[in-house]
Order: sequence, then structure tokens, then C-alpha cells
Amino acid sequence: MLLLVPVLPLVGFLLNASLGRRLTKQVSGSVACGAILLSFLVSIAAVWQLVSLRPEERSIVQQGFTWITSGDFSVGLTFRLDPLSAVMILVVTGIGSLIHIYSTSYMHDERDREFATYFAYLNLFAAFMLVLVLGANFLVMFVGWEGVGLCSYLLIGFWFEKPSAADAGKKAFIVNRIGDFGFLLGILLVFVRFGTLDFQEVAHAVAGIGPEAAFGTLSLITLLLFIGATGKSAQIPLYVWLPDAMEGPTPVSALIHAATMVTAGVYMIGRNAALFSRAPETLTIVAIIGTATALMAGTIGLVQNDIKRVLAYSTVSQLGYMFLAMGVGAYAGGIFHLYTHAFFKALLFLASGAVIHAVGGEQDLRRMGGLKRELPLTYWTFLVGAVAIAGVPGLSGFFSKDAILYRAYAGGHTVLWSIGLLTSLLTAVYMFRLVFLVFHGERREPAVAGGGPHDLHDAPPAMALALVALAAGSIVAGYAGLPAVLGGGDRFAHFLEPSLGAAGAEDAGHAGVELTLMAVSAGVAIAGIGVAAYYFMRHRAAADALAARFSGLYRLLSHKYFVDEVYDATIVQPVRITSQEGLWKIVDVRIIDGSVNGVGQLVAGFSETLRRVQTGSVRAYAASLLLGAVAILGYYLWR
Amino acid sequence: MVTLNHYLVLSAILFSIGTAGVFVRRNLITILLSIEIMLNAVNLSFVAFGRALGAADGQIIVFFVMTVAAAEAAVGLAIVICLFRLRESLNPESFVSLRW
Repeated sequence: MLLLVPVLPLVGFLLNASLGRRLTKQVSGSVACGAILLSFLVSIAAVWQLVSLRPEERSIVQQGFTWITSGDFSVGLTFRLDPLSAVMILVVTGIGSLIHIYSTSYMHDERDREFATYFAYLNLFAAFMLVLVLGANFLVMFVGWEGVGLCSYLLIGFWFEKPSAADAGKKAFIVNRIGDFGFLLGILLVFVRFGTLDFQEVAHAVAGIGPEAAFGTLSLITLLLFIGATGKSAQIPLYVWLPDAMEGPTPVSALIHAATMVTAGVYMIGRNAALFSRAPETLTIVAIIGTATALMAGTIGLVQNDIKRVLAYSTVSQLGYMFLAMGVGAYAGGIFHLYTHAFFKALLFLASGAVIHAVGGEQDLRRMGGLKRELPLTYWTFLVGAVAIAGVPGLSGFFSKDAILYRAYAGGHTVLWSIGLLTSLLTAVYMFRLVFLVFHGERREPAVAGGGPHDLHDAPPAMALALVALAAGSIVAGYAGLPAVLGGGDRFAHFLEPSLGAAGAEDAGHAGVELTLMAVSAGVAIAGIGVAAYYFMRHRAAADALAARFSGLYRLLSHKYFVDEVYDATIVQPVRITSQEGLWKIVDVRIIDGSVNGVGQLVAGFSETLRRVQTGSVRAYAASLLLGAVAILGYYLWR
Repeated sequence: MVTLNHYLVLSAILFSIGTAGVFVRRNLITILLSIEIMLNAVNLSFVAFGRALGAADGQIIVFFVMTVAAAEAAVGLAIVICLFRLRESLNPESFVSLRW
């Protein structure tokens, strides 16, 4: 049964990829949606089966076939469902299904053929992501890991006639490859150190070992794996591809940001929690990188003017939170945030897609405004998503973000905690900046591309369905992990315990601290909304004045800290110049081509001289025959 | 008394005459004749050795050489006739088109 979960979307992919060009939009859309929905149902059934087992026995294994055997080392195409992968498959197939349904409406203007291709890629993306989260060993995970990289390339560059989209696809792929290289080295090192690639066996192997005192093999393994995670999950220094990935269709952004792809790195660390727990050096690095990414992306998100780019930086920032959680050992908190984030980030992207759809492809915030009246459903669902991500009490984002911040504080990482809190203020500000600029105030550009206000239309049924479902999810999802102090019992973390190990210090003695921290972060979230309301609803001039006053800082932020420029100058250009001037014009042309041509010229030149021997004169031949005979005879006579 | 050496010296002289003929003469037929002289010089040394060693091998191989020489002369003369018809010349230097 477990095998069916990734196979169903794969079948959907094969159908649409092979027959797609002959199918109408209805048929290819239904095939894709049906495949992922069926996969969702199978996932529910599988998880149901898992939950009915006793907590310590919660693991369902299914082996497809033995893949590699060599001596006593063997790797199978094995899938394992445990609480952690259960959460992941539900998120991937559940949110994936909503995104598929939404896409049938959003992509309706494409031609039949492109429509089928799009859905084929979407199915393939889900299939690879499911392979990634269900894989019972590093190798199967790596297959999914590379597969989602491929699909992100295909989907980001879906409108490849546009050079910027093609470039963004390439950028995503290449940056991911850099991370993948680290990940692969990590896998090889795991094999060298443990002789197995199975997650459970590796966890057993390290079970008796205490945390490494100094930087050792385990730290190196985890650090290499983390490099892979920075690529897939868009952390410093490899986050640069994610904002550019906005060139793809909006539902694809939702899929990449919420259900698949970027969650892979967080999941991978959770999956190897046993390894990471024993490498405190790496955990420190993970926490610092996560926090730095959260802050950096949050500040950039503050000044971007493209609706999708703001959301992209918000994703990078929230992923930073998840890595902060992983780094301070709050694995369950990180996965919990991944799960709630999937709801509200998918919602925000799909709602922004509805906005873009409504105003005829416009993505610039400065040209929107006042859309609240025309797009009530989009407005309210977007608002729910924004409130949830900002961390207003009662919605899902509050619980998960708070779980992370509390664990950071309780773990003694006060600096990381305060930066996290600052980031959560920024999150509230940039999200509500988005809300106020898009939906409130007056239309700043009455004639958006596409015509007058009469062209504005709220989300069509398929989109509305996805938006409402996700909005409901964004509100209630958090209650799965209601913390103990609020009378919830932290069920989410307990559910994950078999996969992640005991959640750690959940001592009730700090209830007061926890409640205080909650109040602080709730206050911060509301303050952030207030700041956004002041600057972007009431006093727009004040915001502009602020930007003018700190013009240096503003330029730094709006140019994204010039990171792309720095990478271009320090990595891209040197690589290009060495390749062009060195490798191409010297190594390839001179040395490789030169040696091949040189051999040919040598033979040709030598032959040119030697062919003169063949004179055609019979007597010359006879003379050489005679001389030869005399020489041989002479040799034997006088040697 | 005629010894083996006498025969061998005569054979060497004949062979040298034949060789010189091949290189000096400018007539294909003469060259063929010179080759025949060389062959017979070799034949002479064969029979001389055969007699000196008291074995029949030398005489047997001479028969083989004579057979091959006859065949060679037949083919060679036929080729010479064809060449003459082609170029109206018997000078070997007229037939050098098969070269670089």
C-alpha cells in the first residue's frame, strides 16, 4: 500500500506526459488531480494504519526490490512510514492536491499541450517528494532529492520563452547542485563510517555514542548533509535561487514553498535527528545560519515591491526559523512549523495568485491597492494567511513559532531568541504591508493591464475551494500541537517522538516563562501589524520619508544586500572567465585539440617525406631489394 | 681437379653478371634474360652443393627453380608484350606512372 503513495502521482505523470497532447484540458487536469487525490486517500489510510499501532511500534516498511547488493552491503528501494514521514506525506499530498485543483483554474489560459505538460510536471514533483520523504535509506532519499531538483527546474522555467524564467530555472538547478554535492559527500561519509545507509540502522549505530566533544566525523557528516539542506531549503549561502523561482507559475511557487522541495532540508535534518544531536558543533552552525537567514530575508522582504518576491523572502525567513529550531534541538518544533507553514504559505501564494490572476498579470504592489471590495474572498483568505504567519494568537503560526522561540530561549540561546523575536516583528510588518498595499487604500493604477475595474473578478470556484480549505487549515492546524501550558498536551511533538527521539525538556516548571514569552511574541506580532498599519495604510508619506531618510539602508535592502552582485563578481564571473579564457581557449583548443591535431600533422608530415621512396621505377625497387639482401647477408657473415 | 669452390666462384660470377645486367640494361627483355642468368647461377650452386654433400636435395630443388623460372618467363614475356603495345617502348623508365 505504501508503494502506491508515490506511484499514483507517477502514473499521473506518465499518462499526461505520454498522452497529454491528445487530451483536453478537462481530462488531463482530472487525471493529475485524481492521481494526487487518490495518493492523498491512500496516505490517509496508511497513516490511519500507523496510528492504530502502539506508539513504540509505529513503523510500516515496504520493500520494492533490492537495488544494490555488494558483499554484506545492500540497499533496497525501501519505503518506511513512521510518524515523521506520516506528517510529511499528508502535507505533500494534501496541500499538493489543493494546489493541483487550484491550478486547473489558474493555468486555464495555457494551450492544451502546455496544460498537460504542466500537470505532468506537477505530478512528477509530488511523486519525487513522496519518494524523498518515504525513503528508508539515504539512497532512496537522494533519488527524491535530485528528482525534486529536476522538477523545480522544469516548473520554474515553465514559461521558458521568457529569458528571465529560463535563467531562474537554471539558477535553481545549479545552486541546488552545489548543495547536492555536499549532500552526496555526506552520504558517502555515512557509508564509510557506518557501512549502511538505512536511517534506522544509522540511528542504532550512534545510539550508544555521546555528543562529540570536538569537531569529528559525525560533525563532518552532519555539516555536509546540512550543506545539502541549505541548497534545497534556501538558507545562507545558497538561498539565492528561491526568490528568482518566482518566475514560475504561482501555484508552482506555492508547491515549492509549501508542500515540496524547500521542506526537504528541514525534513532531512529531522530524519537524521539522531546524528545531528550528536554533533553539537554542527547544530550551532545550523542554528546560527537559520537565524541569520531568517533575519536577512525578513529585512529584504520589507522593501520588495513584487508581491511574490515578498512572499518568497518570507518563505526563506520562515525556513530560517525551522533551521533555528533544528539547531537548538527542537526537532518537533521545526517540523511543527514546517507543517503549519505549509498551510499558510500555500494559502498566501494561492491568494496572491488569485490577485495576480484578477488584475491581469500585474505583480507590482505599487500598482495595486483597494482590491478589498472587488476580491472579498481573496482578501479574507489572504488576511487569514497573513494573520497566521504574523503569529497572532489563536492561529496556527503562533503556536509553531512560539514553540521554536520558547525552545531557543529555554535552551539558553538568548541572542538567537531575540533575533528570532525581531524577525517575527519583521514578519508581521512585511506581511501587513502586503495586505494594506494590495487590498486597502485607493487603486493607484486604475487601468491595470487588462482593462478597467469591470475586468476584476474574484477567485473562480476551483481557486476558491483551495483558498477556503487552506484558510480553514491555517486556522485550525496549530491546535494539533497545542502546548501543554495552554492545556493542549503537545500532541504533535509526542506523536513525532518515535522518529525524532524524546522531545526533551518539557518540564512544567517553566510554565510561567513560557506564558510570558508567548505574551511577548503575541505583543510583538500585534505591534508589527500596528507599525504596518501606521506606515502603509494611514501615513504612506511617512513610509516614503523613512525610506528617503535611510536611503543607504533602503538601497541595501531593496538590492537584497547585493548578494547576487557579490556572487556574480566573486563566483560567476571568475568561473566564466577561467572557463572561457583558460579552459576553453587554452586547455581545450591548444592542449586537447592541439595534441590530437599534432599527432595527425606529425604522421602526415612524416608520410609526405616517406612517400618519395615509392618512385614507380622497377630498378630502384630491385636496387633496394639487393641492398637489403646484401645488408642481411653481411650482418650474418660479419657479426 | 675441380673443387666445390670453383663451382661457387663461377656461380658468384654469373650471379653478379645477372645483377649487373638488371641494373645496367635498359631493355625489359634483356632484364628478363639477366634474371634468368641469376636464377641459373643459383641453380649451379645448388647442384654443386648437392654433389659435394652427396645428397639429391640440390638437384630436386633445381627442378623446382627451373619450373618456376619457366612460368616466370612466360608471364614476364606476356607482360612485356602488353607493355610494348601500350607504350611502343621497352625502357623500364617509361613505366613509372605507379608512384607517389
